[in-house]
Amino acid sequence: MPTTPSSAAETPAAPRPRRTLRRTGRRDGDVWIAGALRAVATVTLLVLAGILLVLMDNGVGAFTGAGDIAVGSLTDAERALLHERELAQLARVEAARPTLGRVFASASWNPTSTHAPAWGVLAMVVSTLGVTALAMGIAIPVGVGIALWLAWVAPAWAREAFKPVLELLAGVPSVVVGFVGLVLIGPVIARVFGLPNGLNALHGAILLAWMALPTIVAVSEDALRAVPHDYVRASLALGADRWQTLVRVVLPAARGGVLAACMLGVGRAIGETMTVLMATGNAVALPHGPFDSVRTLTATVAIELGEVTVGSTHYRMLFVVGLVLFLITLVVNVLAERFVRGGRA
Amino acid sequence: MTSVSTRRESVGFGVLAAVSGSVVAGVLALVGYVVWRGASVLGWDFLTQSPRQGMLEGGILPAILGTFGVTLLTALVAVPLGVATATWLVEYASDGPLVRVIRVSVRNLAGVPSVVFGLFGVGLFVRGMNLGLSMLASGLTLGLLTLPTVITAAEEALRTVPRAWRDNALALGATRWQAVWRVPLPAALPGILTGVILAMARAAGETAPILFTGVSFFLPFLPGSVREPFMALPYHLYVLATQHQDLARARPVAFGTAAVLLGCVALLNGTAAWLRARMRRSLGGSA
Repeated sequence: MPTTPSSAAETPAAPRPRRTLRRTGRRDGDVWIAGALRAVATVTLLVLAGILLVLMDNGVGAFTGAGDIAVGSLTDAERALLHERELAQLARVEAARPTLGRVFASASWNPTSTHAPAWGVLAMVVSTLGVTALAMGIAIPVGVGIALWLAWVAPAWAREAFKPVLELLAGVPSVVVGFVGLVLIGPVIARVFGLPNGLNALHGAILLAWMALPTIVAVSEDALRAVPHDYVRASLALGADRWQTLVRVVLPAARGGVLAACMLGVGRAIGETMTVLMATGNAVALPHGPFDSVRTLTATVAIELGEVTVGSTHYRMLFVVGLVLFLITLVVNVLAERFVRGGRA
Repeated sequence: MTSVSTRRESVGFGVLAAVSGSVVAGVLALVGYVVWRGASVLGWDFLTQSPRQGMLEGGILPAILGTFGVTLLTALVAVPLGVATATWLVEYASDGPLVRVIRVSVRNLAGVPSVVFGLFGVGLFVRGMNLGLSMLASGLTLGLLTLPTVITAAEEALRTVPRAWRDNALALGATRWQAVWRVPLPAALPGILTGVILAMARAAGETAPILFTGVSFFLPFLPGSVREPFMALPYHLYVLATQHQDLARARPVAFGTAAVLLGCVALLNGTAAWLRARMRRSLGGSA
């Protein structure tokens, strides 16, 4: 313990403790309990660090060849057991081992190939960002519009009625959203746009927009409601009508909170797994438009982790994919926090 | 005011109201559709029997029990850790680097994708700690996933308890811990409970974190301990909807499973809403 109450009391030269009142009742047991609670509180920090550590610990091996059988290290007895073709195959797989360039500068992902396995995550990154952008193109205007209406226009009864509906939507499990998309929305998309099936980026984006909506509405409504009434009165007094006031005064004043709400929505959409897995068809290729089938980073992990050999390069690469996801969402979260702080300043 | 601006106003507000209204209608339609289609298979047998004939007959009892069990484990992990963390943050800690770092961790942890928690669970619990594919590994993973939600809810609940109550307890000679354990914690209990229930509703519907840490599509027996794999409603629905060899015939069972899952989540959400309403009334009465 850095400072005990007795040392503060015995040395008169020491600065007065700031929280005199809070220290009055302290006994030995209290010190112990406070220490224990503090230790528990650091668990969150440890979990965050632990996630990064586990992802790196398992992922790094993909680049060092820990998951491959090195042909050069085989003993003669082991070589004798293998067919010529199998040896050649092992050598090919070893030669195609992931490197930073092959992973981050390539769009070709073909981990199970025995001829030339490919480890490029670019197509998945682009798919993830593309589906998210499409989803936000729907969810942000709709969500912020609803928040504006709820915060400043809607009658009290409508506001009261809206809240449980949003909570209901927020509570619908992602796998149920994906299922409804599969049986209801996918077929409609296929019919409207004349496609053979509805499994494409647009379908995933529509479902993701639904799922991000509660977050966007709730957070931006709070920010919009916090705009001082004086701004509104001043604007109306200057002759602006209520629509102009809402869009040109209230919305810019709440900019920081609304942007933070949007970033939280982005984070939610990037990390969503089951919905996109069920809705987007999961073809790994650089998408050319919203009607292409795409496979996101999350879906790749969900599809492939069940089929890989533990410890293999493929297994390790899935942790690298997880690391990429983790870092993207971390950046999004930091941005969201920036916006909140920028909005307050 | 001119008539032009009034028209702009009414058109703008009209559009906003229409969008809001259609979202409400959409949500109710979504939920209603699932329940309506699921109603055809729902019944006592569906809730109390094991699946038969490649999942097409019988019920989904093991999945219901599995989801119940893993959610209970999740609560056992997340509630003590979360409430203790919130208590320390609100009642003990004064602003400093550690507090700031912990707050940043909580916020960032809340944004980590669930599938990344799944990878973490595989790396740490299933393989690192050798728990294998088990309900325990899944419960631990989901517990850490819901931890930030529980912390945030408990913090908010504790902060609504007036400062003076604690000071009164201290003035009466209570130790610091007594002034926390006997005063703010009981007062904040309904609020904490509301947050915990909402977090558990989320955990019950999660699929990605349990996918590789312990969930199984079909088990001939109910799991005997937390060290065994289990069946769960969300995964059951996922398989019935996308992986079953006879998707058309599995559809009704899938709708039934979706309806039960929605029912569980709605029940939890409803309990939380009821608690919140009661709390608001009792707070209003005492003030």
